[in-house]
Amino acid sequence: MKKSAEYRWLRLQFRLAPAYFLAPAMILFAIFVVWPILQSIWISFHEWSGFGEMTWVGLENYRVLFGDGDFQLSLANNVRWLVLMMLAPVGGLAIALFLNQNVRGIRFMKSLFFFPFVINLVVIGLIFSWFYNPDLGLLAELFTRLGLEPVPILATEKLATYGIIVAALWPQTAYCMILYLTGLTSMNSQVVEAGRIDGASGWSMLWNVVLPQLRGATFIAVVVTVIGALRSFDLIAIMTAGGPWGTSNVLAYLMYEEALFNFKMGYGASIAVILFLMMSVFIAFFLRTVVQNERG
Amino acid sequence: MFPTPIEKTSAPVRIIYKIALPVVLIGWLLPMLAILVTSVRGNADIIAGNYWGWPTEFKLIQNYSEVFNPARSPMLRYFINSVVITLPSVVMAVFFSAMAGYTLAIHRFRGRILLYAMFIAGNFVPFQILMIPVRTMFANLDLLDTLIALIIFHTSFQIGFATFFLRNFIADLPIALVESARIEGATEMGVFFRVIMPLIRPALASLGVLLFTFIWNDFFWALTLVQSDKARPITFGLQALRGQWSISWNLIAAGSVVAAIPSVIVFFVLQKQFIAGLTFGGVKE
Repeated sequence: MKKSAEYRWLRLQFRLAPAYFLAPAMILFAIFVVWPILQSIWISFHEWSGFGEMTWVGLENYRVLFGDGDFQLSLANNVRWLVLMMLAPVGGLAIALFLNQNVRGIRFMKSLFFFPFVINLVVIGLIFSWFYNPDLGLLAELFTRLGLEPVPILATEKLATYGIIVAALWPQTAYCMILYLTGLTSMNSQVVEAGRIDGASGWSMLWNVVLPQLRGATFIAVVVTVIGALRSFDLIAIMTAGGPWGTSNVLAYLMYEEALFNFKMGYGASIAVILFLMMSVFIAFFLRTVVQNERG
Repeated sequence: MFPTPIEKTSAPVRIIYKIALPVVLIGWLLPMLAILVTSVRGNADIIAGNYWGWPTEFKLIQNYSEVFNPARSPMLRYFINSVVITLPSVVMAVFFSAMAGYTLAIHRFRGRILLYAMFIAGNFVPFQILMIPVRTMFANLDLLDTLIALIIFHTSFQIGFATFFLRNFIADLPIALVESARIEGATEMGVFFRVIMPLIRPALASLGVLLFTFIWNDFFWALTLVQSDKARPITFGLQALRGQWSISWNLIAAGSVVAAIPSVIVFFVLQKQFIAGLTFGGVKE
């Protein structure tokens, strides 16, 4: 009898295992990630100051949104970010190829090159603001030496966004570099040698032999860069706060401003939903690949 | 190996490469070097506008003790806040994710792929879609402006990435080890603690290091969930002090170095684990 009780207990704990192993992670994740997404979508159909009652307005927030100049400006900047941040995988690959040699101290060099990724964006934002400062920045110093008038990059409407993107490219390129370096290390050297015998060299070698082998690295580099580009918030908050006159704003920062400074929660939520939908395209793309790998 | 191994090239190419390497490195790290140098400048340099030349005097101890002096700046407080937020969040996120990752990898139950996909997707969502509800929730619980709110949130959010990461690692382990433990009468908890946990130690280290930098470097949630110095972490604190120190760029630089240093140390000490984590275990196809 005792034996079968123990057996039953073992069976029971086995059958219930998924439930109790998942419980803590699921509960926290559901409360603080999944449920807030649904709530935000719900809030976006309302007018709400953050206090008191919400008023149902249907799609009104979205209607206003698409006619809002600030929104259009921010959306255009998000596109600029997306396109220009693609320089990070390219630059990362270039540096990785440059560093992919066996010389003394190269390991240490590689980790120094990776350095910018570890530093937080607040510090990076401060450093670059200082670089661009028209009175005391390095850039101003260079301009003056060349006999030119220093340009206040972050205070110039047409340049501010680009100035911030340059700052964002620095750590992102470092990240892509490390992905490619890892990819290069695990590359099949026989294939490269075979390519060499077939007369491939330089660009044709890179394009036809090396890059196809780095597909995995490229995939992750691009996905992570796209998500990073759409998520960009910290650098904008620190370097320009969206200015001058909203010209360096992006959706992530615009949403924060509308919700917490202008107390337009419903409107802010609708911006967040648009951003979420844009990202969903890339998330779905990533998920499809991961799940396909899963199924073999 | 691509490009052509440097040993096989002509002597001039080798020499150029060896010169180019440090030159490019210095150019690449110029922003960091500038901030390090400026963090030890004296006020005379700052007043004279010497921001980019060699410092005329070195005020390492003076500048850094100014930054850390509680009577002069709340930086120490911010630093401690960051530690108090980061460490428990990392430990809890890693532990809960190891549990979830174990069952998602080993047990076959309905909806497991769906749950797995949910954790991955959640990790990529923009913070803004969570902001209003999360903030409202903590306000209702009277937890706005507390360290606990940040700990709870970071733990919950990082579970997405952490579960994805550990599940993949556990799925690659030999299942025979689990089965033989079961035959000997181990419960699933027993298998988890005595078989799985010791085997995934390297993955736990990689993940812990990554989560440490993610949480330490967080700015957005500090900005939205904190209002006063008592719960302000160092990233947000640095931004706040920038106004107070306004033109004392040597202090801002020293503060930046202090804010950056824990992640940098963690990275250099646990570099192998860090990179293994970041490349998702070596960029599997």
